[in-house]
Amino acid sequence: MIELLALPYWQETSIKLGLALVVIPTTSLILVYLFLFKMMAFMQSRLGPNETGPYGSLQLIAEAIKFLQKEDINPAQADRRVFRLAPVVVLASTFLLYVVLPAGPDAVVQNLDTGVFYAMAVSSLSVLGILMAGWASANKYALLGGLRAAGQLIAYELPLILAVMGVVIQAETMNLQGIIEAQATGEIFGIGLIGNPFILTQFLAFLIFMIAAQAELTQTPFDMPVAETELVGGYHIEYTGFRFLLFFMAEFGTAFAFAALASVMFLGGWWIPGFDVDSNILNILGPGVMLGKILLVAFFIFWVRFTYPRLREDQLQKFAWKVLIPLALVNIVITGIFKVVF
Amino acid sequence: MASESVEETPLLPDDVREAMLTSLSEALGDALVESYLRPHEDLWLRVRADRWQDVAQTAKSLGYTYFGFLSAIDWEIAPEGRYENTEFDGELEEEDSEPVVQSTSTGYAGGDTRFQVIVQLQSPTEHTAFHLKTDVGEDNSIDTLRDIYAGADWHEREIHEMFGIGFRGHPNLHPLYLPGEFEGHPLRKDFPLLARHVKPWPGVVDIEDIPEHLEAELEAQVMAAFEAAGGGE
Amino acid sequence: MTTTSDRDQLAYISSQAADARVNVELNTGDMTLNIGPQHPATHGTLRIACRLDGEQVIMAEPMMGYMHRGYEKLCEVRTYPQCTTLINRIDWLGSFANEVPFILAAERLMEVEAPPRAQWIRTILFELSRIANVALFLGDMGVQLGALTPVFFAFRDREHVLNQIEAITGGRFHPNFDRIGGLKDDIPRGWIEETKSVMVKMRTFCDEMEDLLVGNEIFQARCRGVGVIPADVALNYGMSGANLRASGVDWDLRRDANPGLAWDQIDWRVWTHPDGDSFARYWVRLQETREATYIVDKLLDGIPSGPIMAKVPRIIKVPAGEAYISTENPLGEMGYYIVSKGELGPFRVKIRTPSFNNISVVPWVMKGVYVPDVITILGSLYFILGDIDR
Repeated sequence: MIELLALPYWQETSIKLGLALVVIPTTSLILVYLFLFKMMAFMQSRLGPNETGPYGSLQLIAEAIKFLQKEDINPAQADRRVFRLAPVVVLASTFLLYVVLPAGPDAVVQNLDTGVFYAMAVSSLSVLGILMAGWASANKYALLGGLRAAGQLIAYELPLILAVMGVVIQAETMNLQGIIEAQATGEIFGIGLIGNPFILTQFLAFLIFMIAAQAELTQTPFDMPVAETELVGGYHIEYTGFRFLLFFMAEFGTAFAFAALASVMFLGGWWIPGFDVDSNILNILGPGVMLGKILLVAFFIFWVRFTYPRLREDQLQKFAWKVLIPLALVNIVITGIFKVVF
Repeated sequence: MASESVEETPLLPDDVREAMLTSLSEALGDALVESYLRPHEDLWLRVRADRWQDVAQTAKSLGYTYFGFLSAIDWEIAPEGRYENTEFDGELEEEDSEPVVQSTSTGYAGGDTRFQVIVQLQSPTEHTAFHLKTDVGEDNSIDTLRDIYAGADWHEREIHEMFGIGFRGHPNLHPLYLPGEFEGHPLRKDFPLLARHVKPWPGVVDIEDIPEHLEAELEAQVMAAFEAAGGGE
Repeated sequence: MTTTSDRDQLAYISSQAADARVNVELNTGDMTLNIGPQHPATHGTLRIACRLDGEQVIMAEPMMGYMHRGYEKLCEVRTYPQCTTLINRIDWLGSFANEVPFILAAERLMEVEAPPRAQWIRTILFELSRIANVALFLGDMGVQLGALTPVFFAFRDREHVLNQIEAITGGRFHPNFDRIGGLKDDIPRGWIEETKSVMVKMRTFCDEMEDLLVGNEIFQARCRGVGVIPADVALNYGMSGANLRASGVDWDLRRDANPGLAWDQIDWRVWTHPDGDSFARYWVRLQETREATYIVDKLLDGIPSGPIMAKVPRIIKVPAGEAYISTENPLGEMGYYIVSKGELGPFRVKIRTPSFNNISVVPWVMKGVYVPDVITILGSLYFILGDIDR
């Protein structure tokens, strides 16, 4: 659609950039309000925020203003430059993830041919920021948290990528739009009514992807790097004010991005059954469909988060190396065999 | 139902504790100095300080493997009166028919020194318990029980800082509660409670007189209710 | 019970040997980590100085005194009725249970016995404060392990119990309701039925905790085999309460050394677990809370009629003597050694608190565990700061 308007490159880019800058805070806002505030509250027989705005929906704005007002404290012993840069690095990794997330046939910031590869690569950038934060804070809790995060994120990067491999093999492309197209044009036993969402054929991969994403996001069964009751916040223990807000936004922004990746790769993305894959109307309806699917996936992520206790670091590593990675490899082999045979 | 059973129990001889006393005094031999038994309630044994560790070892081998607590008592009478308000205390004493006897006795099972250390040991199988006491002599220290009952470790540290009693053989008698620079031993009777010096304790006043006519009325009501319910006797 | 600990011990020793080799080769240093005094897992101001090798604890030493209030000294300058105000604040989650042994000890010296009705209501309140106290532990253990939701359920349902305590005593946290010779007041009208319905709610709460935590694989993975305390060690350190029963020692002061309360008038059972690990401690407390609701139900059915106060002089003077009475408080054996010289106030009060002994096992049990296990063990030992520091 944007191509139809035939704008110059710089105008097109600034529109996309502006959109992304609006979309990312909004998405984390939606997730925080919907799940962290309201769903969690109802699960725990509380009301949650209900005074600011209708049903407390403006609470987050108030919280953001509160964070911005707070003093930006640098610990005396901290490595100042690294300490200040760390949250930006973490948030940058989140921003970069949004570049390839498609919301319609043309509604994507940049349609990369190696979209999956790119997404996996930039998502692991956040480790760098977390390690920087943990090291530079000059705090033992932060250091432990940072090291835990590094070990954990590296361990879970593998099952994440290996799970995605199955999808890539089946779709025969690494382009996220291509994966959606493959799902939309696919058929289940010769019936193409709802296409072929890969969650049906790649259910194992979907499970592994969700578990690994949970660890990647440091959500609860795997939240040892943060671990409020042991490490008192882990790597972001020393951060205050807007730098903490950056971490916070990155956490939920990444959660949104991973939910989006899951819905693109396993749930059919923005495609609506009965429409042509490249029909223009999907540029309007697609984002809505995507949002619905993302919220569904995010619901599961947060449901697990508020229900389960957390594992210990060694148990988590064992789980990754002894269970998830072998399973993901098995999945790849099976997918490969099916691909060759059929 | 419950009250009847209480009524009918006359003060039988306390066989359990008598037997405990016999077996313990046989096992302890000449380490035992004195004993005191409150029938159906408790048993106290006073032992020689120089045999303190042996006694604990013997008790442990007799099945008293549970370490209850270790503490100390300072028998000196506080130099500055009990309630920091001698005028008021005096009135109370006059009002009451029995005057307060400032007894100089040092509790059950006797004692010769100002400080006594007391340990309670229990048997997890027989569910019986007794108290061991010992006098702390001139050098103000006794042997540690830490190696026999691991739980005694912290109790001894507490007693050390609160009473200034030393425990020979205890490797780390550094303060448990008090800050490092604290001077004095707060639970000794001669350690002044500074807050009371600054401001006398106003709390004793709550035993203020109720007007006489009210009190008689109240007493009558209470007694009437008491007898109507058939309680007491 | 020893088989598990032997296996763990062997595994620990071999892991230590392996680590030692690595350490010599890589020349890694130790790190000192202070958990507390300001730390969410210490429910107050306990400080645990840990020496860490990576994430493994080489040595852990608790340091207390941040909340020492000197109650033993303060009791010496107060009258007996005034002491209960202080004593209420030792274990602040189960306040009423704190008062009972002190009052019983004073009663023993005065040779006064509270009337049966008072004893029954005392027992009921005692068990209610146990439920209110341990319910919080049941939820809080989840938070220690990272599960946020259970603690909110605990706060929600504990509220009902506190309401019942408030209805009879007027105080939610610090009732100060027990008097030498009986109780301050009788129970209000309709209280029995309300309390029974609250007990039903608490049983539902216990079932919820069973579903949410006990049956959860992650919870079990975090708790089973962590912080194993064999029975002989537990006895040696003077641990008490559920911690002792979780090590397989069948010993409950309510049954075995009842100082005159109504527990011997009804049927109930003592729960033990052979394992001695963190899971056993949680499990025993959960069963005990449920058992306590049944105890309350049975006691409510059988409250005898009669006065609630024995005849005691208005000015209480306790005859000279010594007495030690301990009861099975929510946290364990809570006892008061009172030395009286026949005056208005005690000459010396030794407060034997359960948490003090329970926590003294920490240096022993925390050798070789991981940092997250420190939190698990601390949580499962269940201490209250006021109860350690007094």
